[in-house]
Amino acid sequence: MKNSVNRDLPDDLMKDLDYKPFETTEIGNPDIQRVAPSVHVSTGDNKLVDSIKQVVADTVKDGMTISFHHHFRNGDFVFNEVMREIIDAGIKNLTLAPSSLTGVMNDMVIEAIKAGTITNITSSGMRGSLGDFVSHGGLKNPVIFRSHGNRARSIEHGDIKIDVAFLGVPNADELGNANGMTGNAVFGSLGYALMDAQYANKVVLLTDNIVSYPNTPASIKQTQVDYVVKVDKVGDPDKIGSGATRFTKDPKELKIASTVNDVIVNSPYFKQGFSFQTGSGGAALAVTRYLRQAMLDNKITASFALGGITKPTTDLLKEGLVDKVMDVQDFDKGAAESMHSNPNQQEIDASWYADPDNKGAMVDQLDVAILSALEIDTKFNVNVMSGSDGVIRGAIGGHQDAGTAKLTIISAPLVRGRIATVVPDVTTVVTPGDSVDVLVTEYGIAINPKRKDLQASLSNLPGVPVFTIEELQQLAEKKVGTPKPLAFTDRTVALIEYRDGTIIDTIKEVKD
Amino acid sequence: MEIKETAVAGTLESSDIQIMVSEGTNGIAIDLQSDVEKQFGDQIRSVITETLNKLGVTDAKVKAVDKGALDCVVKARTIAAAQRATDTTDQPAWEVL
Repeated sequence: MKNSVNRDLPDDLMKDLDYKPFETTEIGNPDIQRVAPSVHVSTGDNKLVDSIKQVVADTVKDGMTISFHHHFRNGDFVFNEVMREIIDAGIKNLTLAPSSLTGVMNDMVIEAIKAGTITNITSSGMRGSLGDFVSHGGLKNPVIFRSHGNRARSIEHGDIKIDVAFLGVPNADELGNANGMTGNAVFGSLGYALMDAQYANKVVLLTDNIVSYPNTPASIKQTQVDYVVKVDKVGDPDKIGSGATRFTKDPKELKIASTVNDVIVNSPYFKQGFSFQTGSGGAALAVTRYLRQAMLDNKITASFALGGITKPTTDLLKEGLVDKVMDVQDFDKGAAESMHSNPNQQEIDASWYADPDNKGAMVDQLDVAILSALEIDTKFNVNVMSGSDGVIRGAIGGHQDAGTAKLTIISAPLVRGRIATVVPDVTTVVTPGDSVDVLVTEYGIAINPKRKDLQASLSNLPGVPVFTIEELQQLAEKKVGTPKPLAFTDRTVALIEYRDGTIIDTIKEVKD
Repeated sequence: MEIKETAVAGTLESSDIQIMVSEGTNGIAIDLQSDVEKQFGDQIRSVITETLNKLGVTDAKVKAVDKGALDCVVKARTIAAAQRATDTTDQPAWEVL
């Protein structure tokens, strides 16, 4: 069967897994039923233990679903310590359902797959050796990739039923009140982990920092936690995020950033009280700097900034140019520290951030989103998941979710080395072209023809040439040449869900 | 054109290609390493072969380490390496350019 972005979906898998093909970005107003976790009742007096092995023996059984968060990113120690015990205990057929997988987890996941410990994975993304392993058919069952908002939706729906959540935190008291803001390995917002804490049947906190009871502010609450495990170190603070954010000096990125800024400032959305989300890449950080100047020049302030937060964004908060920062995750130390000191930086969970099946998520109120792309095609479909060689090497993150903003800007160079970014058809559709409004490259911009209103407001900006996206695609191809099509087998190694749980594309095993 | 010594041109910087040309006996034998092998490997090999042939080099071993170079770069580095290898750098082969 084909879906509405013209992707061929494997009938047998769609039927076996009871999936519907992607149709539309519109969510509508359905009535839905959420699930609730089971609760093992206690007064909470004996939660503190010091053996991961014992907790694993008490909680994890064959065939269960286990989860982790990725807030420690590449500084994570918790995942590998817990998985080591689970593999050594000989447990089999687990579904791994973390908020995402970072590079430091790759080797352990591969080992667990080979041992039969992990047989299913759902994640926001994967990179490096694990992406390579899965793309070469290393895991029998297809990986299911979900955006951060969709993960929250799936947990609330019961599509992901977490039996045991192992959540590392930089502090906790003996009953499990915890936050991400104080201690050695701090990461700021616990946004993604809050879903697991709320919906998992068993919640295990791991911390290297037991503080006196009651611990406040409590992002994770004692009412949610079954075990608190004392470990030596939960993470390496130097690898959690970049310490000081550096502004790019790359002239190409600066050119893209200043053009993104021109697009925002000349759009109908740049007015008092607007809202925005930027990513953490070099160009996105530079956009924040240009936007700051534009806000000062025009005496405009923003009502909120959303998403993965960096120091340049919290600087705007401090300066009074942004009223609130709605914070689901922090990308650097500065942003994490600011959350501790500034009450206008609100921690939000993944549901509040981006869950489509909600009574209103933050992304539904978002004016401007600046997002990146590995590839974008002439239908404005965006790929952030598979590389130009067809191998999995990315993450959906909040891409599909923030893509629902009133003005979604994709900022990307026309070509990277010899690889065109603007292509006739993306390798993998992650965010549908219907969500995307403007593409900004270093050569100029392309406006989605569906946005006639933007064509009018952005067509005559000095220094901002407007192309059709077909023209940009041809320009890219002229530079780099025509690539040989990638070769895949018929085997599906991953399914990409749209944020509503329909299937927008699949990833096939690469043929080498 | 006869290869007199092994010669190299180009760097390992991104968007460049490093080409080493040495003596060979059996046509143009190319050992290519490239991150874009799947999409552009054949194209890179054909540009190197064509460029060498135009210079009159018919037998050579070529080791190429590509970092995403465009065709014009592949061609330029091949010419430079070949002219160094054939000791003809003082006679630029304009017609090949």
